[in-house]
Amino acid sequence: MQEKEKLIELKDLQITFGTGKKKFVAVDHVNFDIYKGETFALVGESGSGKTTIGRAITRINPVSAGEILFKGRRISGKISKELDLEVIKKCQMIFQDPQASLNERAKVDYIISEGLINHHLYKDEKDRYNKVQNALREVGLLPEFASRFPHEFSGGQRQRIGIARALIMEPEFVVADEPISALDVSIRAQVLNLLNELKKTKGLTYLFIAHDLSVVRFISDRIAVIHKGRIVELAEAEELFLHPLHPYTKALLSAVPIPDPEREKNKELIVYDPSIHDYSVDQPVWEEILPGHFVYGNQKELEGYRREIEK
Amino acid sequence: MTKEPILSAKDVEIQFSLRGRKLTAIRRCSLDLYEGETLAIVGESGSGKSVFTKSFLGMLDSNGSITHGSIMYDGKDLAKYKKEKDWRTIRGKKISMVMQDPMTSLNPLKKVGKQIQESIELNQGIKGAEAKKMALEMLEKVGIPFPEKRYNQYPHEFSGGMRQRVVIAIAAACHPDILICDEPTTALDVTIQAQILNLIRDLQKELKMTVIYITHDLGVVANVADRVAVMYAGQIVEYGTVNEIFYDAWHPYTWALLSSLPQLGVKGEPLPTIEGTPPNLFNKIQGDAFAPRNKKALAIDFEEEPPFFEITPTHKAKTWYLDPRAPKIEQPEAIKRLRASMEGRG
Repeated sequence: MQEKEKLIELKDLQITFGTGKKKFVAVDHVNFDIYKGETFALVGESGSGKTTIGRAITRINPVSAGEILFKGRRISGKISKELDLEVIKKCQMIFQDPQASLNERAKVDYIISEGLINHHLYKDEKDRYNKVQNALREVGLLPEFASRFPHEFSGGQRQRIGIARALIMEPEFVVADEPISALDVSIRAQVLNLLNELKKTKGLTYLFIAHDLSVVRFISDRIAVIHKGRIVELAEAEELFLHPLHPYTKALLSAVPIPDPEREKNKELIVYDPSIHDYSVDQPVWEEILPGHFVYGNQKELEGYRREIEK
Repeated sequence: MTKEPILSAKDVEIQFSLRGRKLTAIRRCSLDLYEGETLAIVGESGSGKSVFTKSFLGMLDSNGSITHGSIMYDGKDLAKYKKEKDWRTIRGKKISMVMQDPMTSLNPLKKVGKQIQESIELNQGIKGAEAKKMALEMLEKVGIPFPEKRYNQYPHEFSGGMRQRVVIAIAAACHPDILICDEPTTALDVTIQAQILNLIRDLQKELKMTVIYITHDLGVVANVADRVAVMYAGQIVEYGTVNEIFYDAWHPYTWALLSSLPQLGVKGEPLPTIEGTPPNLFNKIQGDAFAPRNKKALAIDFEEEPPFFEITPTHKAKTWYLDPRAPKIEQPEAIKRLRASMEGRG
């Protein structure tokens, strides 16, 4: 693989909530890079810490150990005001539930331009107006929608408004937190197509957070699987589906229902039991077992994974 | 088919009155349910799949009513039931329902065991210690460990998956003939979802129930269903066995639903989408309700409502494409790919 430009680097990231006795480690020892122009998917169950990582990159959740680099510069912890503003502009987020993430009392015009207003990123009123109109057009909505309220729109249209709000800041990196989970089946395809199209035309990089592995296969270049705050496996999308190694990845893959009745009938459900890992003596490591394919395990397990690959 | 249906809905029309206007949510819809089978009803939100099945239990909102047709069950016409007293002989005893969200369908102030016991006491007339024994058995049946301890806990002490197990225990406590599961796993994680689907399947075998699934997840449908009914704008537009629907569908709406699935898409190519929105059910619909969103609609689709055409004795679709006079139309790529991959596996 040739050298690709790293846009985001996470180094030994740890995120905790609470202090003292109530301290809870939500995310621990997370290491991965996101290359420019790729769609990187983070998959796990609810409570696994996938959203927390996304929020840490956009500086919503503070990091307790380790660091996050954006284009080689540290953006976690205390940073200068200028860099903070740059991160706000360049790293945007799309949220899961378009019913909850839009201000009910504000018009679409204000919702979309709130970021511009907060940081005075426009020359004059006319400039702001034009930017809003453009953003609406880019996500496939009519410019005159700007004067309406969120409740006047359907779920798919609301999600488009959420995307327009992120786009107007001209980001390079977008955290899409389960952007299609709350949408109806018939409009999921539209939103996925839109995200893919914007990736091409705007050169965006995505961190796509999801719980459904089968959807992720379609849109992402690389996939990381997270379980209880730890990344257990990371590989290119097809590689992960063809050669899953970690038992948790296998369990997830077996649980996802595939729209193919014959295959569903013959499939065996694998249940993941975390107690199979004996890490008391042999400590687990994060190992690149094949080029670009990382897995978490101790020496004995890695040995087993290697034998599995040879087969 | 020689088998007698256990429940048979004929030409059911359901209307709601909203601010003085009439909304027709179900437009002359028919459905036969056979004993022991698992039927999945699929469709987008607002297609009427929940309303239709709720009418089997008399659970329509107070502004809605069945205005036409019949629902025959056990020799009685449920469409004529008006009084709550009549419904109580059916609801929970004979036909039971599992709702989508286990957070809202349990009473947060009551012990979980009591809630199961309540259903047994009300519907079976068994009281006290004996009912408690049955509730404990039910907890064990739905795979909840330490039933004695769990009996005395409140819903907030349960995880989402465990709560859904409790809801299933309540619904199945009186051994109903028909269990309706309305999006039973949408609020759950995939790994938990797989367990709940297996649980429902096991219970179905053990208690000899007939199960209706309402879902929009075609992956779940492929997993659980024997037969599938596809619903659009208040009507069932295609029926078939699960294999017929996935590998040989004929209604353009079924095509569109299947083609738009990311799981069946080709990476790097845009997914086929369903443009537009479903029709407004306040208005009278002319022709095929899906025609305005169908790029390959025929001229007649806009004028006359298509009848059902039979493809096999178990497979019917309501589309003019199957009329002998219609021009030849090919099934979309996604369905051909699905069929090819199925045949490839042998």
